[in-house]
Amino acid sequence: MLAAGIIFADIHIKQTKELTALRTIASIPFGGRYRLVDFALSNLVNANIAKVGIITKQNYQSLMDHIGSGKDWDLSRRNGGVYIFPPFGHHRSEILYENRLEALQTVMNFINKCQEEHLILMDCDCVNVVDYSKALKEHIKNNADMTIVYRHGEVTEDAKNYMTLEMDDNKRIHAATITSKVGEVASTSINVWIVKRKLLSSLISEAKASGATSLRRDIILPNLNRLRIFGFEHTGLHLHIDSLENYFANNMKLLDPSIRSQIFDNEELPIYTKVRDSAPTKYGFDAQVENSFIAEGCVIEGTVKNSILFRGVKVGKNSVVENAILMQDTNVEDNVNLNYVISDKNVIIRSKQTLSGCKKIPYYIGKNIMV
Amino acid sequence: MRKHKKCIAMLLAGGQGSRLLALTTKVAKPAVSFGGKYRIIDFTLSNCTNSNIDTVGVLTQYQPLILNEYIGNGQPWDLDRSYGGVHILPPYQAKDKMDWYRGTANAIYQNIDFIKNYNPDHVLVLSGDHIYKMDYNDMLEYHIEKGADCTIATLTVPLSDASRFGIMNVDKDFIITEFEEKPKQPKSNQASMGIYIFKTDKLIEYLTRDELDENSANDFGKNIIPNMLNEGNKMAAYPFKGYWKDVGTIASLWDANMDLIGEEPLFDVYDPFWKIHSRNVGAEPQYLAPTAKVSNSLISGGAKIEGTVENSVIGSNVVIKKGAKVIDSVIFNNAVIENDAVVNYSIIDESVVVKEASHVGEAKGEGIGITIIGRNTVVESGSVIPHGQNIDSAKGDK
Repeated sequence: MLAAGIIFADIHIKQTKELTALRTIASIPFGGRYRLVDFALSNLVNANIAKVGIITKQNYQSLMDHIGSGKDWDLSRRNGGVYIFPPFGHHRSEILYENRLEALQTVMNFINKCQEEHLILMDCDCVNVVDYSKALKEHIKNNADMTIVYRHGEVTEDAKNYMTLEMDDNKRIHAATITSKVGEVASTSINVWIVKRKLLSSLISEAKASGATSLRRDIILPNLNRLRIFGFEHTGLHLHIDSLENYFANNMKLLDPSIRSQIFDNEELPIYTKVRDSAPTKYGFDAQVENSFIAEGCVIEGTVKNSILFRGVKVGKNSVVENAILMQDTNVEDNVNLNYVISDKNVIIRSKQTLSGCKKIPYYIGKNIMV
Repeated sequence: MRKHKKCIAMLLAGGQGSRLLALTTKVAKPAVSFGGKYRIIDFTLSNCTNSNIDTVGVLTQYQPLILNEYIGNGQPWDLDRSYGGVHILPPYQAKDKMDWYRGTANAIYQNIDFIKNYNPDHVLVLSGDHIYKMDYNDMLEYHIEKGADCTIATLTVPLSDASRFGIMNVDKDFIITEFEEKPKQPKSNQASMGIYIFKTDKLIEYLTRDELDENSANDFGKNIIPNMLNEGNKMAAYPFKGYWKDVGTIASLWDANMDLIGEEPLFDVYDPFWKIHSRNVGAEPQYLAPTAKVSNSLISGGAKIEGTVENSVIGSNVVIKKGAKVIDSVIFNNAVIENDAVVNYSIIDESVVVKEASHVGEAKGEGIGITIIGRNTVVESGSVIPHGQNIDSAKGDK
């Protein structure tokens, strides 16, 4: 095997505090039946990567429940497969890791025991479809020590904490800044790094000895000239989720057929997720459904417009659901009106309620709450 | 995980199902689609796993490729076990002879070694073409409690239908006193569901003797059951109450699909305590466009609906384009209904393409038959397929 993957389940958890109060970033539900980690995992397995470690930090029960044995991603393997790393506290302190470098230090055993020559490290706070087998091929062809996956274009608000990279004609990176300027046209990293495993292992050990704490500031920046660091451009769709507002907006983008097909219609790169054995969705006699993305197992008797419904959602008679994201098993009873609402899992909205937010600030109802 | 098996199941899945016309040209009846995302065999396999029966032999013969691939290692039904689990049992070549399965009894006779290998106390014999939910464990306990050599699950049917079934008379303790296979003048309305539990040694004894009888049809209903009864074995009837449908004909297959929809569906696929498991195609959620009009229908994952769907059951990844109308119909996985096409009172098999502005079938009514379009057929644009037609483009293939 050429490469193994490492996913950071929990970097920048503070920015989506509503959604991550009870879960990791990796297990944020998205697009009717997925969780964010599905995109990272699917991209990896589609590149024939059969060993993936997921480093967790807090509230990782939902993630473990979702991943299970890994069989839904074909990652339940005799050799390799998926490894979930619970937080590793030092025996003399109660402090958990604060950044990627410290996170990696807690899984040195995994890194050193791997047989694979390369590691792909990534965050999982975004929705994209990337063919990492191409990135790996470039990485090897360039004899790179590290390859950073980037996007080129105008820097949007959500990308300001990504690195800006400057490259020569051969895509070798010769300069970089830790953050990016909104509005400028630049090449910004998407926080996916392909790196030679043994090199990473020694860099981490050196960093530990010198008290360094940041992968980007202390490892990548000072080594731009010493190491062969290249860029690999990701030209496809990239939906980055760093706030409730753009969580809402990015989900709603799935109602656009051209965006949906970029994610789901690529036969070479399918997206896998946990199978729940839901029944098909049932539409009642008076159901009116328009422009909506609906998972299986739902029972719809009312009106649904411009919405995303996850598995097992019920919409009662005479209820009107518009511009809403209703997560798994949300039960909307009869005569309810919802507009710009996000309901987390297992929410019950009793009959005759009217709840409304707005596009910028959708009304969010937490997990297991009855309204 | 004890080694000892109280009961294993033998599932008969080899029949041709010729009454399903084009739908079974390429697939065995148990692998025919049902209820959108399911296949008929899902219901029996789910019953097994939900009843804690963890060892199932599936006897296949006719067109087994799709069925074999679908069952795979049995993982979707939790039947991938380290000892037991689901096993496909096709006919095979033996040292001195080779033979196709010559009947339901002969199929199991040829796999007596499979049964002996697990050495269970009892053997459950099932058919792979029924839609129902049944706890076989309750039936097994009843069978043991009665001390029966054989227990037959029975259903009360209208007397007018009784001549299609094996019909039995029972005494006050539900011990069978008389059994007739498909009688012309039925004397009772207790019909066999084709679900039997035998004591293993009795089953092996009667299968072995039946094999020696050259005049036997090697059939459970015609031979094994009457023989056991005539020789004084204790045979119990297990009265089953609940939904049960043999989907062996086009009409009953259509009816059973329609039983999943309506204000109060006759068959509930949403029961969290009796899940129907199936091999998932992993499709994304379904998308209903601004032009979609959907009512009283069941739609599976990955479907893209721009047209009108009424009183219909739609499979995974089906595409129904703008202006198209699907009414009173059952559409199997991956079919495409193009712009302005109309599909009425029909069953459309997997991967069929109904091209623009064509008409398939006719509105349901007196004297109107169900239209069948077989797998992979392309219905050319503007064409009209009259009601009651059976379009079988794969006919003559292997």
